Amino acid sequence: MKVGALKEIKPGEARVALTPDSAAQLQKLGHECLVQSGAGEAAGFNDATYEAAGVTVVADAAALVDGADIVIKVREPEEAEVKRLRAGQTLISFFWPAQNEAMLDAAKDTGATVIAMDMVPRISRAQKMDALSSMANIAGYRAVIEAGNNFGRFFTGQVTAAGKIPPARVLIVGAGVAGLAAIGTSTSLGAITMAFDVRPEVSEQIESMGAEFVFLEFDEPAQDGAATGGYAAPSSPEFREKQLEKFRELAPTTDIVITTALIPGRPAPKLWTEDMVKMMKPGSVIIDLAAEKGGNCDLTVMDERVVTENGVIIIGYTDFPSRMATQSSTLYATNIRHMMTDLTPEKDGVVNHNMEDDVIRGATVAHAGEITFPPPPPKVAAIAAKPKEKVKELTPEEKRAKEVAAFKAQTKQQVTLIAVAAVLLLAVGLVAPASFMQHFIVFVLSVFIGFQVIWNVAHSLHTPLMAVTNAISSIIILGALIQIGSSSLLITVLAAAGIFMASINIFGGFLVTRRMLAMFQKS
Amino acid sequence: MEYGFTIATYVVAAVLFILSLGGLSGQESAKRAVWYGIAGMAIAVIGTLIGPGQGLWPASLVLIALGAGVGYQLATKVQMTQMPELVAIMHSLVGLAAVIVGFNADITINMVQAAQSAGDALEGAFATLVAKKAPVEITILRVELVLGIWIGAVTFTGSVIAYGKLAGKVDTSAKQLPGGHLLNAAAAAGSLVLMFAYLGGMGSWTLVLLTILALFIGYHLIMGIGGADMPVVVSMLNSYSGWAAAAIGFSLGNDLLIVVGALVGSSGAILSYIMCKAMNRSFVSVILGGFGGAAKGDQMAVEGEQVAIDAGGVASALNEADSIVIVPGYGMAVAQAQQTVAELTRKLRAQGKEVRFAIHPVAGRLPGHMNVLLAEAKVPYDIVLEMDEINDDLPSTDVVIVIGSNDIVNPAAQDDPNSPIAGMPVLEVWKAKQVFVSKRGQGTGYSGIENPLFYKDNTRMFYGDAKASFDSLVPLID
Repeated sequence: MKVGALKEIKPGEARVALTPDSAAQLQKLGHECLVQSGAGEAAGFNDATYEAAGVTVVADAAALVDGADIVIKVREPEEAEVKRLRAGQTLISFFWPAQNEAMLDAAKDTGATVIAMDMVPRISRAQKMDALSSMANIAGYRAVIEAGNNFGRFFTGQVTAAGKIPPARVLIVGAGVAGLAAIGTSTSLGAITMAFDVRPEVSEQIESMGAEFVFLEFDEPAQDGAATGGYAAPSSPEFREKQLEKFRELAPTTDIVITTALIPGRPAPKLWTEDMVKMMKPGSVIIDLAAEKGGNCDLTVMDERVVTENGVIIIGYTDFPSRMATQSSTLYATNIRHMMTDLTPEKDGVVNHNMEDDVIRGATVAHAGEITFPPPPPKVAAIAAKPKEKVKELTPEEKRAKEVAAFKAQTKQQVTLIAVAAVLLLAVGLVAPASFMQHFIVFVLSVFIGFQVIWNVAHSLHTPLMAVTNAISSIIILGALIQIGSSSLLITVLAAAGIFMASINIFGGFLVTRRMLAMFQKS
Repeated sequence: MEYGFTIATYVVAAVLFILSLGGLSGQESAKRAVWYGIAGMAIAVIGTLIGPGQGLWPASLVLIALGAGVGYQLATKVQMTQMPELVAIMHSLVGLAAVIVGFNADITINMVQAAQSAGDALEGAFATLVAKKAPVEITILRVELVLGIWIGAVTFTGSVIAYGKLAGKVDTSAKQLPGGHLLNAAAAAGSLVLMFAYLGGMGSWTLVLLTILALFIGYHLIMGIGGADMPVVVSMLNSYSGWAAAAIGFSLGNDLLIVVGALVGSSGAILSYIMCKAMNRSFVSVILGGFGGAAKGDQMAVEGEQVAIDAGGVASALNEADSIVIVPGYGMAVAQAQQTVAELTRKLRAQGKEVRFAIHPVAGRLPGHMNVLLAEAKVPYDIVLEMDEINDDLPSTDVVIVIGSNDIVNPAAQDDPNSPIAGMPVLEVWKAKQVFVSKRGQGTGYSGIENPLFYKDNTRMFYGDAKASFDSLVPLID
């Protein structure tokens, strides 16, 4: 099949969906690659490098769409682009089907198949084509770089001959992929980094990246991110209040705030309010990665850098990945290439659009003249296994009741045992003579002592225990000793044999035990 | 004759024996506890020699000295890996001694009765004791000695077979004569009949026949139990030897024998119980035949393949790992690899890595077998942990090395309800990041069950004799 990459028409968009490297990989799958002339220019790939990689360079968009079976691009298509599609053709790009219904209808009417890279389900197998994550990673990194560009001081603290420089204090709100990437960049630049997220289970990830988790004292049962496909869900008003209170506390001392909080399919939550901005020191920087969805900060203006009255710089750019076009194109092209790998399982250049496959089904939003969005829930369950339900803390009363019940059960069991044993003993006592009963008492008591004592023996000493009990069970030697003085020769001989055997056992058993025990050493 | 002094020594000896067993609760106090046991035994023997056992005492002393010589040889020559065999064979001696003492008692009774009817004088302490007994007491005495002989005989042949299986001289798989447990039951019933015949005064031949039946039961019972169940068998025989001593104690009217027999008997019983619990099996099912009973359904098929790795691969993983858990099993004992494993442990620990040992309660062929082997190799006992102590730590462990164990790390026990070992508590090594299994070949373990662990993605098979494998591994650790 022919895979063709379009040049992005949105102004300022520098990324491209095909790189010479990914083209080489696609060719290995049996596909032929086309690229619109100048598509990779802004990302640092000129037409000549494409040609060197065996890619056919096509003069304009119309010719490319005509010539390609599969059209790939980065941004969601615009009307002019959708109109060029024909039935049987496939478009792979970001699409945002939930927000772009009109465009989705238009695409459906053309009969083309549309695979939305933003709809790739978040399951382990599909991570290699998760373009949202790879773009978010770049955005997180770039956000810190952009902040550094606008921030007038060092990130790292230094003591120099010219005076002491305090380290920058960075707060990162939302620890998704972008947030974690920002944490990593910020800590490696030397800033004191704190991070917040509504999902308490990510605290471990935050700490693993070297930031401090901003802990919120709140009693509400923690929501489980895994249930929402790894994304955050809206939080309750009480929780929000608590959260804002914490941010207010942090605002005066924070130099750089990077907000990355997004909830799928909703406007971005307002987390950094106007009064917090006012509390910040002049020269502080706010990078709002959620600007496209309205921004996490009240004062964010989309695609603009604004400076407030008190000198706080608020950056609402939405094109962070595009600002690092070479890197982001490489990653995005690789994501596309992985998608193509899944689409051509036989590696023979024939696309098999398998709607039974969780990943392909999830990402396909229009197919064969039908809208296939939203997809059914994936058959494979979400990212992380659900942590086990914690055992409920028992109240003191419940504990007490439980103890009492256990105690009663134990008492009952013991009393039954004692009663049965007593009855048995009495039955024996009825028939047996007194001399027997005297020995019997000794026997029963010894069994009892044995049971009490042996339970305390350490597990690791079970072999020595066996050797010792073996040695002392040769106490049977006493019987033989008593008998050896008999007038009968037979008895004497037998008893002699008994003494001999038992004494082997006594000495052997004790010596071996001593040998073993001497070996047990503490480190 | 009354022997007040002897009774006093018995009281002291009994207390010392109890202290001796109680002292085994900790490694340090155990070293003292053995001396209590030795002192108790010495006091008991001397007390008896001065009192009721003074007839022919020089002969007794010579015999004891001879026995001591043999015992010393055995105890000092034995390899630590052969400990199970030694314990088993020593049990058989106790059993045989019990049989002998029981027969002597029977002969004495007959003699005394003959002498009484003839009006002759009697010689010997035990004979005088018997002579004083009333007819009812004589009957009780006979019941006791029948019990003593019977248990002693079962212990004797059972221990010999257990020794043979542990030493590899008898086929370790579960074998039974045609008729199986019916044969055992018939022999037991026959013994009961013979006992009543004996009590009814049919003569000593009944006792001889009963002994032969008991010997057969001991043989057949233990032949029917597979090698993997040997820890239970050995502790069970330990228990039997105690009960035999107690029964003989009754017939001799000797309280010390009763006390010690009861202590040993209950100790063995508790150990057997602990072992059975560790295998999630009832005591009865162990005794009535080992693994390989009819499966409840099809066992899960194992998918995937066993991937082999060489010493270099294992070494590089170990060099990178921070936390390492070693799971030793019978294979380590067979290959005598404990010294090499200890050497490896020392090297790894010297680099600041956390190395621990995980011991399953039924690892090896004797309760606590692995602990003794590791102690012999000077592995400090505070890094040797029990299953329950370490299972929770396994998921955060970098590398687990399984040396010659199989069933105790088999995930089928948890995953496959149809597995013969379903429900048995196991070491959850497959939860660790990486598992290396040192094993001689691809065969199944003692119980003959396929182990899905070997097929898991994070498992690599390190084939070869454990000692040779680890000898080649140690120099690669840096």
